[in-house]
Amino acid sequence: MTTEPNTAPKMTARGVNVFYGDKQAIDDVSIDVYRDHVTAFIGPSGCGKSTFLRTLNRMNDTVAGARVTGDIRLDGEDIYAPEMDVVQLRARVGMVFQKPNPFPKSIFDNVAYGPKIHGLATSKSELEGIVESALTRAGLWGEVKDRLQDSGTALSGGQQQRLCIARAIAVDPETVLMDEPCSALDPIATAKIEELIHELRGRYAIVIVTHNMQQAARVSQRTAFFHLGKIVEYGATTDIFTNPREERTKDYITGRYG
Amino acid sequence: MSGLAIVLMLFGLGLIAWLSGRARAAQLERVTPAAAVRPHSRPQYHGWYVALWTILPALAFLSVWSALSPGLAVQAVLADPAAASLPDNEFVRSAIIGEARQLATGQIAQGFNPQSAALVEPFRTAISRYSTIGVVIALILAFAGAAWSFTRLKRDFRARTRVERVVMLLLLAASLVAILTTFGIVFSLLFESIRFFDRVPVTDFLFGTHWSPVSGNEDPDLFGAIPLFWGTILIGAVIAMIVAIPLGLMTAIYLTQYAPARVRSWLKPTIEVLAGVPTVVYGFFAALTVGPALRSLADALGIAGASSDSALAAGLVMGIMIIPLVSSMADDSIAAVPSAMRDGSLALGATPSETIRKVLIPAALPGVMGGVLLAVSRAVGETMIVVMAAGQSANLTGNPFSSVTTVTVQIVKLMTGDQEFESAKTLAAFALGLVLFIVTLMLNIVALRIVKRFRESYE
Ligand SMILES: Nc1ncnc2c1ncn2[C@@H]1O[C@H](COP(=O)(O)OP(=O)(O)OP(=O)(O)O)[C@@H](O)[C@H]1O
Ligand SMILES: [Mg+2]
Repeated sequence: MTTEPNTAPKMTARGVNVFYGDKQAIDDVSIDVYRDHVTAFIGPSGCGKSTFLRTLNRMNDTVAGARVTGDIRLDGEDIYAPEMDVVQLRARVGMVFQKPNPFPKSIFDNVAYGPKIHGLATSKSELEGIVESALTRAGLWGEVKDRLQDSGTALSGGQQQRLCIARAIAVDPETVLMDEPCSALDPIATAKIEELIHELRGRYAIVIVTHNMQQAARVSQRTAFFHLGKIVEYGATTDIFTNPREERTKDYITGRYG
Repeated sequence: MSGLAIVLMLFGLGLIAWLSGRARAAQLERVTPAAAVRPHSRPQYHGWYVALWTILPALAFLSVWSALSPGLAVQAVLADPAAASLPDNEFVRSAIIGEARQLATGQIAQGFNPQSAALVEPFRTAISRYSTIGVVIALILAFAGAAWSFTRLKRDFRARTRVERVVMLLLLAASLVAILTTFGIVFSLLFESIRFFDRVPVTDFLFGTHWSPVSGNEDPDLFGAIPLFWGTILIGAVIAMIVAIPLGLMTAIYLTQYAPARVRSWLKPTIEVLAGVPTVVYGFFAALTVGPALRSLADALGIAGASSDSALAAGLVMGIMIIPLVSSMADDSIAAVPSAMRDGSLALGATPSETIRKVLIPAALPGVMGGVLLAVSRAVGETMIVVMAAGQSANLTGNPFSSVTTVTVQIVKLMTGDQEFESAKTLAAFALGLVLFIVTLMLNIVALRIVKRFRESYE
């Protein structure tokens, strides 16, 4: 594991601003996200982490009154360009939400949902293969392989969250955005998700928002500290946690903030 | 003394009781030194406590008495020697007595039946006697209540708690009124229906296919209600739903998923206002516009048996009428699906319409189903549109252009115009009403269950 990336960034953001109506939630944020590195967003509540995360797959489009300016690119492609197909973009940049949100469908159908709408499978057996491999990568296969027809909502919270991760990776995205994926889970389920993030690293660019400093330190290689809609500091996780350049970062990670 | 005067007097006494209760409590507060414990309730509550004890028992007695006293008066009149010559026939006798009562209370000036004149005097005496007795007892109760409650007032008396309890009981009583009335209606329906089923066997009624009730004829073959049930289902559950379900659902989808806030803010109330349009207005539209138009259409298409009173005309307009009901239920259920579902689907790269079809509708389906059942129940019980536009002929036909009749139409027909209360023809209306009541009740119960279960699953 290197602390400095040696590949081209997967996603780049330059001078991004987000407004909710007249209120500015993100102020001139620039950042690079790398495929081989897990990037963590940390910062006090309300500083705009989720807002910025949602600009990366244009989920802010679904929020009435939200407006994004600036330049965000995925593999050099401007994702806010008029000719960008948002639906395709979201297939390439998957998202896992804070609260597990499986559809009220069977476990199988939850995972098969994305591949079906994108036509990724030409036959039933191919679809089954995709579902199995997604569930396997999400570390859930062993637990659910005998009950694929049970409702996804009948699983435990931690299993539901892994199901949502399986659902996201079943469409074979390039980037996975996770917004506090463990905040509704107990420590054991959290540990499983963290382990999963380790395993997924390198295959997908992963961005994770977290309030848990230890978690950021454990799972990420790069960390961005957000404060009041701006990035205060962004760099290798080890640097941020052991040797922060900014006083505010230091205060926050040592719990002296506020 | 008229009833209104007594009630007013009671309230007057109540006011006096309130004032004196409050004054008493204030006095109690003053006599004890300020250092003592604070009184439990403020003086007003003591006033209310005394006032309630003054008014409520007396009012309760009066309402019971007003139900009992006419019977007692009749008893007294019958015991009078002047009543000895009354004919034995129950029906004639009660007619004469009724007339005498109306003469005695001045509702009519002249009796039709000469014998009633002789009973007027005894009636007058009896009525005034019982009303005096009632007033006296009510006043005694009022004073007794006032006196008793007044003696209970103490500095630390918990008048506030007591008043609260009475308020609660009053509210409970108010909420029971609707339920008790419904029970009353059901019992009367049941009672009359049983009399009907004495004449016409239930099986002939429920499964017979020929409906043409005639006065004075109790042949069970004339009371087969299947054509009515069929007409009701064809209009209310088939044609109206074919119109209302898709349109209502699409309206709800547009409103919840696509409509900008500005459009939604006027479109939704407008649609809801439609639910308040009197059904007779829809009836006009169905009978005068849609019916004739459909008839010309059927003639042009060469469909036989078309009539300007048709199942289709009534059903189409009823469907339009029901759209607001379906759309508001569907709107509620779709809105109740957590937005996390929608976001989850969009984040996977589904389009909004895929999200609606594959996630939102399936998730909202139970709620939507409940709404549809409520709509069916409403359509089945709907009367005005079908009376005006569906026709009267009890046809057992699948042709929507022909005239059919429904349960509600036949009830109206049987209960209006010349009617004899004893004939099977009139009683049939009660049996039809009972069937309608049971069916709509079940539909409502099932629908509300489904909707409730659905709500719980997202809480
Ligand atoms: N839909 C919205 N409409 C208006 N303002 C919003 C909306 N969503 C977020 N905001 C505002 O934008 C700012 C950033 O919110 P955001 O949810 O991105 O913060 P966050 O860093 O994710 O906080 P948390 O750690 O609590 O999740 C906040 O001030 C918030 O009030
Ligand atoms: Mg957030």
